[in-house]
Amino acid sequence: MATAENTIPPGENPAPYHEETHDPRRRDFINIAAVSFAGVGAVAIVLPLINQMNPSADVLALSTTEIDISKIQPGQAIKASFRKQPLFVRNLTPAEIAAADAVDVSSLRDPQTLEERTKAGKKNWLITLGVCTHLGCVPLGAGEGENKGPFGGYFCPCHGSAYDTAARIRQGPAPKNLTVPEYAFNSDTVVTVG
Amino acid sequence: MSFPWAKHYEPKQPLMRWLDEKLPLPRLVYNAIGAGYPVPRNLNYFWNFGVLAGAALVCQIVTGVVLAMHYAANAGVAFGSVEQIMRDVNAGWFLRYAHANGASMFLAVVYIHIGRGLYYGSYKAPREMVWLLGVVIFLLMMATAFMGYVLPWGQMSFWGAQVITGFFSAIPLVGETIRIWLLGGFAPDNAALNRFFSLHYLLPFVIAGVIILHIWALHIPGSNNPTGVDVKGEQDTVPFHPYYTAKDGVGVGVFFLIFAMLIFFSPNLLGHPDNYIEANPLSTPAHIVPEWYFLPFYAILKSFTADFILPAKLWGVLAMFGSILLLFFLPWLDNSPVRSANYRPTYRWFLAVLVVDVLVLGYVGGAEATARNVMLGQIAAAYYFAHFLIILPLVSAAEKPRPLPNSITEAVLAKHGGTSPAQTAMAG
Repeated sequence: MATAENTIPPGENPAPYHEETHDPRRRDFINIAAVSFAGVGAVAIVLPLINQMNPSADVLALSTTEIDISKIQPGQAIKASFRKQPLFVRNLTPAEIAAADAVDVSSLRDPQTLEERTKAGKKNWLITLGVCTHLGCVPLGAGEGENKGPFGGYFCPCHGSAYDTAARIRQGPAPKNLTVPEYAFNSDTVVTVG
Repeated sequence: MSFPWAKHYEPKQPLMRWLDEKLPLPRLVYNAIGAGYPVPRNLNYFWNFGVLAGAALVCQIVTGVVLAMHYAANAGVAFGSVEQIMRDVNAGWFLRYAHANGASMFLAVVYIHIGRGLYYGSYKAPREMVWLLGVVIFLLMMATAFMGYVLPWGQMSFWGAQVITGFFSAIPLVGETIRIWLLGGFAPDNAALNRFFSLHYLLPFVIAGVIILHIWALHIPGSNNPTGVDVKGEQDTVPFHPYYTAKDGVGVGVFFLIFAMLIFFSPNLLGHPDNYIEANPLSTPAHIVPEWYFLPFYAILKSFTADFILPAKLWGVLAMFGSILLLFFLPWLDNSPVRSANYRPTYRWFLAVLVVDVLVLGYVGGAEATARNVMLGQIAAAYYFAHFLIILPLVSAAEKPRPLPNSITEAVLAKHGGTSPAQTAMAG
């Protein structure tokens, strides 16, 4: 599309300008340029207004947690807190490990083996978020005497999702296994999550 | 914009004449809800509910603004500040109970108002825009009610926020990012509570603005009426004031009687005891249910239990939002030219079934997720969508309506044993 500018050869006097014959006119160009400039400015102001909704620095600063796991006996679990969310640390018994390994992985909704969900050589330490992947309730099964559900892992009372001993989703509306956060063993008894 | 026989505003007093020249605000009120707005003469008490919804909004804004003077939107002290309002602030218990039960009253009259629109075909041409704006108001009310329920920071507040913001995590790929952005954290906490308070204060004024548009759009064609027949002449209407200001006054009186019974005799009837336990992110209450006014939608959310192409969770969320968004298409799903269900024998029955269906959904939404209840919820949810998407278009095509009266006046006179109306074929 020809504009007023590129019809004038460089270095020459512009020919008599007939406003009606040019489309868009120079005035249109100035309008578009001015509104575009204001538009870019408006977008630049909207960005911080959107970004202020994201987690603030103090919220992000709480994103690592150290946990002492020395007192958790096989078959026991504790609830800790990570990013203000519950965290389940579970010391699996050999029977529970065997039960998790006996499952045909391809039959699972979110296929993962227990190895993939634990650290090498620490297969008995199952560390997951205690947040049901359906709508975020805290599943039962980490506390003493709580209902572990039909698969011996965790059971969410809100909408009936059942997780197995590797905290994998087996039944109910939840789409995913309980999330395994990033963590590392500092020593045999201390874990840093996050 | 109004009927040609509408009365004209003629201020007598010099002061009012002076004001009318400078700022014709009294003229606007006169034409909107005064003698300058001609209304069909045959409106029944179901036409009270628009004014009642307005009264409820005013109550909510007044009590809410006052409560905000005492409430502290900080996760550390919010629960305590609500208890302080209940125990220490002068008349604080009254204000909070009025606000909490006022939300229930507001939603209750709005549901009847929506039901009135469904029965008498008020969503049909030429009032589609009135209906669309009404659905927008309903969505805004739901958002406002949800965020208000989070503010006391009890167990139900916290877990309600967790579950409802969890809806957004069902969106593929970006869902979790959106959820964290909405909450300003990884779980509901101080950031979420503060922004919910800010929005809970803002949205009622947005609702008030959309209500003005709703009334503006209504006043272009004028009010519908129980026959659904258009106004034909001056004899079909009476001025809004004093006729319907008086009739609405009766309804407002009954409204405040019921409201007062709730506040003074059973203020916690519609609440949940768990919300008097402070929010605990590490312990979910055994049975999470939303407030009664969300139960039918919650039942639709819960009825998707198996993956089918998309994950069950996403289906549930889509269906729940879809059940409301569907209402935006209602004016074009129902093609019958007859508005009032009084003259639509088949539609009338299906509408009654829909009301029962929504009540069943409400029951299922609040009940434990047993196999029987899940099945019941699935059937009821399927029927809800079938009503709007299958039954309504078929009924409006196949139904033979009863003969319509020639005019509103004819229907009124026939009802009171006057001249027998000449029966006519259906309109259009």
